[in-house]
Amino acid sequence: MPDLLAARWLFGLSLAFHIVFAAVGVAMPLLMVLAEWRWRRTGDPVQLDLARRWAKGAAILFAVGAVSGTVISFELGLLWPRFMDFAGPIIGLPFSLEGFAFFAEAIFLGIYLYGWGRVGPRLHLASGVVVAASGAASAFFVTLANAWMNVPGGFELGAGGAATGVRPLAAMFPDGWEHEVVHVLLSSYVATGFAVAGIHAARLLRRPGSALDRSALGLALAVGGAAALLQPLSGDLSARQVARTQPLKLAALEGQFRTERGAPLRLGGLPDPDAGVTRGALELPRGLSLLAFHDPDAEVKGLLDFPRELWPPTRRVHLAFQVMVALGSLLAALSLAAAWLALRRRPWPRGFLRAIVAAGPAGFVALEAGWLVTEWGRQPFTVRGILTTAASVTPVGRLGVPLVLFVAVYVLLGAVTAILLYRQIAATPAAGDAEGGA
Amino acid sequence: MTPADLLGGVVLAALILYALLGGADFGGGIWDLLASGPRKAEQRALVERAIGPIWEANHVWLILVVVVLFTAFPAAFSAICIALFVPLVLLLLGIVLRGAAFTFRAYERPGDRAQARWGLVFSASSTLGPVFLGTVVGALASGRLRVAAQGAEPWVWVAPFPLATGLLAASLFAFLAATYLAVEAEGALRDDFRRRAVAAGAAVFLCAALSGALSAREAPIVFEGLARRAWSLPFHVATGAAAVLAFALLLARRVRAARGAAVVQVALVVAGWGASQYPYLVVPDVTLAGASAPRATQVALLVALAAGAVLLFPALYVLFRVFKGERPFSVVDRGR
Repeated sequence: MPDLLAARWLFGLSLAFHIVFAAVGVAMPLLMVLAEWRWRRTGDPVQLDLARRWAKGAAILFAVGAVSGTVISFELGLLWPRFMDFAGPIIGLPFSLEGFAFFAEAIFLGIYLYGWGRVGPRLHLASGVVVAASGAASAFFVTLANAWMNVPGGFELGAGGAATGVRPLAAMFPDGWEHEVVHVLLSSYVATGFAVAGIHAARLLRRPGSALDRSALGLALAVGGAAALLQPLSGDLSARQVARTQPLKLAALEGQFRTERGAPLRLGGLPDPDAGVTRGALELPRGLSLLAFHDPDAEVKGLLDFPRELWPPTRRVHLAFQVMVALGSLLAALSLAAAWLALRRRPWPRGFLRAIVAAGPAGFVALEAGWLVTEWGRQPFTVRGILTTAASVTPVGRLGVPLVLFVAVYVLLGAVTAILLYRQIAATPAAGDAEGGA
Repeated sequence: MTPADLLGGVVLAALILYALLGGADFGGGIWDLLASGPRKAEQRALVERAIGPIWEANHVWLILVVVVLFTAFPAAFSAICIALFVPLVLLLLGIVLRGAAFTFRAYERPGDRAQARWGLVFSASSTLGPVFLGTVVGALASGRLRVAAQGAEPWVWVAPFPLATGLLAASLFAFLAATYLAVEAEGALRDDFRRRAVAAGAAVFLCAALSGALSAREAPIVFEGLARRAWSLPFHVATGAAAVLAFALLLARRVRAARGAAVVQVALVVAGWGASQYPYLVVPDVTLAGASAPRATQVALLVALAAGAVLLFPALYVLFRVFKGERPFSVVDRGR
């Protein structure tokens, strides 16, 4: 395997692995704090049981997230030293602030997890709130760095390709940062909310009377569902921002080869980069122009207007985008159904519970797909238009060796985490609830 | 004093704190590996109790070092990552396995075989991690890392001096951990760790002597810094005094005071390394000034670090007050 490809696989797998734990680190503390808050308010032991159970899950997931995040911070230099040499001074600021957010997360999660009997109720609950807030802050800062890679600014390109006139604050907030940040934060709540809802829906199917699972499902659906309903809005804003700032990426994710006015929106289909057409898509006339520019006759730039060597991998980008949009829409529809059922204040129908179980992984699949869209869609660049991925990679050879090592570690960590979570959360009988629905 | 010097100081301070806090957590893992005698299980239980609530926070100091390096001294960061690729990957594997195994062990079913296996992974990676960390530091100081555009010789760190500093790091961390644990333990268990601290202190002395002797031949610039600068002699006297004091206090069974002396000793050792290789980040090719990011970045980073510190240190105080304080935590928040 060529070293560039090995480096991309290793970094891509490291991020794909870490991003799951990062998203959980954003949303899980919110769920656990909401459960504890309910318990403090009502004294209902079921809520306490739920908070402690979720906290155990958060503990395992946070630890794996902390170490896999450490891998990323080292791999930035180990795999992409040329990128870091160039970009470090420009986007180091959000990374440094993320470091403090990580400190806050780690400190207050320690107090939360080990402090049940050691600190008073207000400090305990407040610690949970800090964990939830700093998890969101971490994601906020890291996404700022990614937004800069997509729309680099805050510097001038000097002779010899080095950055001059660096303005760190301008670089920290590149054009369109707010859309990407909101989209990423919402995706964390959607993915985690629906994954947690899926677990508790499965338990409810087996034991319909469990008060713990009913309560858990309600909370998880409230958080995940609210985010899932907001996400299409945020997606629309993001797409319009991409259309404005990164027309080539938009063309790739929509499979738009020719530049045209009144471009159709393509659902599905497979782009054929050699023939320059996207086949088999369901085309909604003028849909893309309408969505991307809010004008049915707006001109949408096509891939053919750009040099071929600057194209991202069109097939993969388009397919990943379709997966993200399809699953996001599905989850939004499920959220509407959940809201309607909740308003009727009736027990969840079994069919709905089955749908929630089936949709459990959908949020995370959509999140990974969306991340692939933004990363593949920026290729062949690490810093769009400035620095290519090939020019960023380390000269150290034999990168296949660390690739194999880390894949083995990730498989091991992933498997053990899944087993432990299953034992801790899913399988142990809930205390304080009626057995077998009696 | 330039922003680059200040940020160099921040890196060194963060490394000292990482050694004193994160290092001691690794040291706890070493004592898990070396647990022995009639109170073997109690020793391991104390290690787990002592580091459980704090190891993740302590670990973040290392992330801070990495982030400040690549923001403020990007050329040094990329040079180090290329030249020390192999030991950094090994260090990283140690860090990942240590953290994951510690957590997995805590949440496995008590007493089953899987739990014992994770215990072994935890303690083995806790032992190897510091060795690779110390090796990286030794290689940076050695003057053998030449920064070339087309990569570096991958095994240049496999040499007596870096390996000696690797052992020095492991023994320092074990020494710190044993003195901390002696304070947190009671009765016979306290005496177990007090005796282990004495033994680890002796190992520190041997490894330091070995590293110092090797540095004369293998790390001449650092040796020069250690031996011939104006501050060298008072610095060595202070470090030696802290070491002797820590020994004496341990032998006198005054573990709390010994912990203080050990902290001063280890902080001085790390600070002495940093001062002796000033102004180099990688001896002899990369200096603080030469590897510096633009001034605007360094100033912005200093402001961000100052603002972060204002939030960080009170939070750390609360953490350690809750879990390491003498009396139950009642200052901030009265329990019901």
